[in-house]
Amino acid sequence: MLRPASAHKTAALGLTPRLGARGWLSVGLLALIGGGGVVAHFAGAPFYVDLATRLVCLAIAATSLNLILGYGGLLSFGHAVFIGIGAYAVGIPSYHATYGDWQAIASYNGFFHLALAMGLSGLFALVTGAISLRTRGVHFIMITMAFAQMMFFFFVSLEAYGGDDGLTIDVRSELGPLSLDDPLQMFLLAFGVLLATLWLVDRLVHSRFGLVLQGAKDNDERMRMIGFNTYVFRLVAYVIAGALCGLAGALLGNFTAFVSPDMLDWTRSGELMFMVILGGAGTLLGPILGATIFVVLEELLSGLTIYWHLPFGALLILSVLFARGGLMAFVGRLGGND
Amino acid sequence: MTESLLKTVDLSKSFGGIEATRNINLEVRPLETHAIIGPNGAGKTTLVSQLSGTLLPDRGAIYFAGQEITRLSPHRRAALGLARSFQITSLLMSMTVLDNVALAIQAHDGHSFRFFARARTEPGLRRRAQEVLARFDLAQRAHAKVATLSHGERRQVEIAVAVATGARLLLLDEPMAGMGREESRRIVALLEGLKASKTMLLIEHDMDVVFALADRISVLVDGALIATGTPEEIRANGTVRRAYLGEM
Ligand SMILES: Nc1ncnc2c1ncn2[C@@H]1O[C@H](COP(=O)(O)OP(=O)(O)OP(=O)(O)O)[C@@H](O)[C@H]1O
Ligand SMILES: [Mg+2]
Repeated sequence: MLRPASAHKTAALGLTPRLGARGWLSVGLLALIGGGGVVAHFAGAPFYVDLATRLVCLAIAATSLNLILGYGGLLSFGHAVFIGIGAYAVGIPSYHATYGDWQAIASYNGFFHLALAMGLSGLFALVTGAISLRTRGVHFIMITMAFAQMMFFFFVSLEAYGGDDGLTIDVRSELGPLSLDDPLQMFLLAFGVLLATLWLVDRLVHSRFGLVLQGAKDNDERMRMIGFNTYVFRLVAYVIAGALCGLAGALLGNFTAFVSPDMLDWTRSGELMFMVILGGAGTLLGPILGATIFVVLEELLSGLTIYWHLPFGALLILSVLFARGGLMAFVGRLGGND
Repeated sequence: MTESLLKTVDLSKSFGGIEATRNINLEVRPLETHAIIGPNGAGKTTLVSQLSGTLLPDRGAIYFAGQEITRLSPHRRAALGLARSFQITSLLMSMTVLDNVALAIQAHDGHSFRFFARARTEPGLRRRAQEVLARFDLAQRAHAKVATLSHGERRQVEIAVAVATGARLLLLDEPMAGMGREESRRIVALLEGLKASKTMLLIEHDMDVVFALADRISVLVDGALIATGTPEEIRANGTVRRAYLGEM
């Protein structure tokens, strides 16, 4: 079995010295994922390295969704669209660098890929968010989903890049001395980005900006009445979340060396919501816990039955009924945290 | 005659067939405490909502500090110096008392697009918030979540938040709603302390409170203002006695 490695990787998180049950679960989880990927590599278990890498990429995406869903109260049902945009932002430039045409964007440069992934995702979030955030409740869920499906069909229609068959990435992003063809380096890059994302989100939610975002989730009318244009704060959060998820998509595209419209299908968005809500929306590490449970269950169950999605629904219902605030809050209550 | 701080001209608002606000011409002078009284369903809250910007009027205009604000969004009005407390407590329930007040201060500090520094340890904001809480007898409850407070305490926080915005005009919609005698007295004392520095539009049912606090009183019945005057004038007004005071 995989053993947790050193806990030094979590030092960057700025967790308080008094950890409590939630804190220990968080540190343990990160150590298990980080250590597990590395140990699996040296123990000659590439399957587990891959599993850990996929988990980490999804965890980054779930963390970005948590910023708007958990802290902002925005039930975005189209978040996987940013994974798709991020992944195509790697696939398309790399494709043209190999096969010609479109010289303006043809490139293997990983920094260019990541900037493009985050930039386009952020831009898409800005344009669609400006419209979606005018609506509330079910309308918001439907409209974010509609925008995501729009992009889904857009990529399906791009015959040049494989249409709905997708596009194989022959050459992965070139990021300085890193070689993403090496599974360990790929894993470590993704894990590093996850830690950086967690650090960033932790700073954001405790900043002046973050308090306004959470205040608007709690009571929008009150926040407007004391003078906040809550719409603008939500829009900024939406753009940040979109850009971060684009980054996750770029990593995922590099990891699988393949992009397809399936990456931004609405069911993918649903899975991200599942991770955030099951693990604990509005807790820093909850989405990581949710992503872990998702990936592990998917791995265990998809081999057994084609109905492997069913237990997820049951789990989600149970957690909503019995663990308000997700598993993180549940563990916190067991361990006597607030 | 002093320039009024708040003024409405023929303000009107209907809900379907009900004319909740009918051609209201109201003037609130700087630093006065102006009470609005009227029976249930007279349209008091509807009027306040139009003043604060949560409801848009069908007709008429609202001026604040010489500027027309009829269609301005609530947060822009707040920036101009208008604050509201709600008849039904409206606070950030999952956050602490201190958070609620500190956010009200932050809103007018002008720098809320700060993304990295931890806001809860910013000495400036928190110290000012603590000062406000001390004035409102809430210092001990600073770190309590609003959801855990008693009804009376929440009403106090509601006023503290309005004051913390630094507003010139406080719109107080039944600040003592649902409170016991003792708690009400506390709020009355608080409002007495604010009278000298704030203009207040006070909606209140309790006539003792109104006559104790108000410099002027307007009477609202079925959406229309039927009288405005000093407490003595209102007490002596025959129409008011018949339409409203008589039935108490
Ligand atoms: N959103 C709304 N939709 C429809 N009718 C409304 C709405 N808000 C208020 N009304 C109606 O408008 C009238 C005035 O209501 P309002 O709440 O302003 O009265 P009020 O003077 O504040 O009463 P109270 O003393 O009970 O607080 C009432 O007849 C009420 O039913
Ligand atoms: Mg009312």
